[in-house]
Amino acid sequence: MLDFGVVLKNLGFLLVQGFLGLGAFGGGTLALAVPAIALGFLLGIFIGLARLARSPLVRLPAAAYVELFRGVPLVMVIFWMWFVIPQLLRLPIPEYGVALTAFVIFEAAYFGEIVRAGIQSVPRGQVEAAASIGLTRAQAMLWVVLPQALRNMVPSLVTQMIVLFKDTSLASIIGYVDLTKAAQIVNNREIRPFELYLFIALVYWACAYSMSRFARRFEPRPQGA
Amino acid sequence: METRLADGQPPGTSGPRGTVIEFKAVNKWFGCLHVLCDIGLAVQAGEVVVVCGPSGSGKSTLIRCVNGLEPIQSGELHVLGECISRAGADMPLLRSRVGMVFQSFNLFPHMTVLENIMLGPIKVKKASRGEAESAARGLLERVQIPDKASAYPANLSGGQQQRVAIARALAMQPGIMLFDEPTSALDPEMINEVLDVMTDLARDGMTMMVVTHEMGFAKRVADRVVFMDGGQVIEEAPPGAFFAAAQSDRAREFLSKILTH
Ligand SMILES: Nc1ncnc2c1ncn2[C@@H]1O[C@H](COP(=O)(O)OP(=O)(O)OP(=O)(O)O)[C@@H](O)[C@H]1O
Ligand SMILES: [Mg+2]
Repeated sequence: MLDFGVVLKNLGFLLVQGFLGLGAFGGGTLALAVPAIALGFLLGIFIGLARLARSPLVRLPAAAYVELFRGVPLVMVIFWMWFVIPQLLRLPIPEYGVALTAFVIFEAAYFGEIVRAGIQSVPRGQVEAAASIGLTRAQAMLWVVLPQALRNMVPSLVTQMIVLFKDTSLASIIGYVDLTKAAQIVNNREIRPFELYLFIALVYWACAYSMSRFARRFEPRPQGA
Repeated sequence: METRLADGQPPGTSGPRGTVIEFKAVNKWFGCLHVLCDIGLAVQAGEVVVVCGPSGSGKSTLIRCVNGLEPIQSGELHVLGECISRAGADMPLLRSRVGMVFQSFNLFPHMTVLENIMLGPIKVKKASRGEAESAARGLLERVQIPDKASAYPANLSGGQQQRVAIARALAMQPGIMLFDEPTSALDPEMINEVLDVMTDLARDGMTMMVVTHEMGFAKRVADRVVFMDGGQVIEEAPPGAFFAAAQSDRAREFLSKILTH
């Protein structure tokens, strides 16, 4: 017998605490996902640029970074941040700090690859035209290449942001109270897994879907007259 | 860094003001392909030089060296009083004094026509938006598309795009203009609108190096034709002499091919 009353009864806890992170536990899916996406993308831009640098001293470490973090599971990075780093530094890191750092470090590798591919998708002639009016390499990158690259990147960028958004549910394994953990807490008390997990699946899906709808506005318009 | 360049040629003052481009024994290789062989060539201020020759002869490479888009491996290259082949030459400064127009226009597709033209003056010359905009509108008058100021490149015809590209280069008030087959990507009916703009520029005294197969333009406008083949300058002559009586077999063969269709 399905009883969605359990969802209604705990709606405040699930959404305000679990989803938004505005409760006694801190936490929150959005409170983690939004800064993780923003910082991961920002770091990814630098990694993508570094991968295209002329100097191998910049290029090779960036390549190593990308290969390293693309090659290990996200959970592993979270565990490293949770168990190993605090021991090495001899200082406790709160769940939020662990989760945010792990996501930013991990996702920056993926964002970096997207940024690199996006920059390389801009035709050489654009760089040459920018250079020909006297722009420096940095100015050409900033005013000519990146704006076009970002547009070309939108589809893969949004896909990656959606993946990251959903991956924040992994933070629940170190006790971070996000939407998933909130559902788990309620379920331990109510034992209504079907209703609860169906509900949070809907919440994740609705967010992911609106992100992809929103992104369509920024996709490159078909070129040509 | 000590990198003063000689002043560009102000419009309307033609006449000799010394050598503005000089190749001295210039060599360039792409890997093991020798694309420029021992080039010696000088261009005087106010001169219009047309470069022609068969495909792959090194014409594009030659003019791309002039604004440093291609580095050279040996020899010396002086542009606007600066030796640009030495290490540490200030390339952005040089390029801001040398305009370049490409076969494929290369307009910035994410910017309007006006923004395309204003970018260089604002970012490189630190002009105010107001100054840059009125100059840009003036240039659009000059290339005869003042009504396209707020259009995006994708909505312009090829001929219009190329004229915007010329305006964009002129906005930096260059001392030299380089053209690499500016009309080759255009439908025939648009070729003349671009050539007309270039002809006006030449009449105003602009120093120009033009790679083109438009022999009519060369006859009417050029002061000198440079014929290249296999990475070498085979022949240079005033257009009248070149077209009437080319000295080399290779040039005559090239002309017979290009003039019979
Ligand atoms: N970036 C490059 N790397 C390697 N080889 C190149 C490169 N650019 C040009 N080449 C080669 O150098 C030679 C000269 O090329 P260039 O483009 O200067 O010829 P061109 O006279 O302009 O020919 P076209 O009339 O076809 O434009 C050609 O053999 C070309 O294949
Ligand atoms: Mg060419």
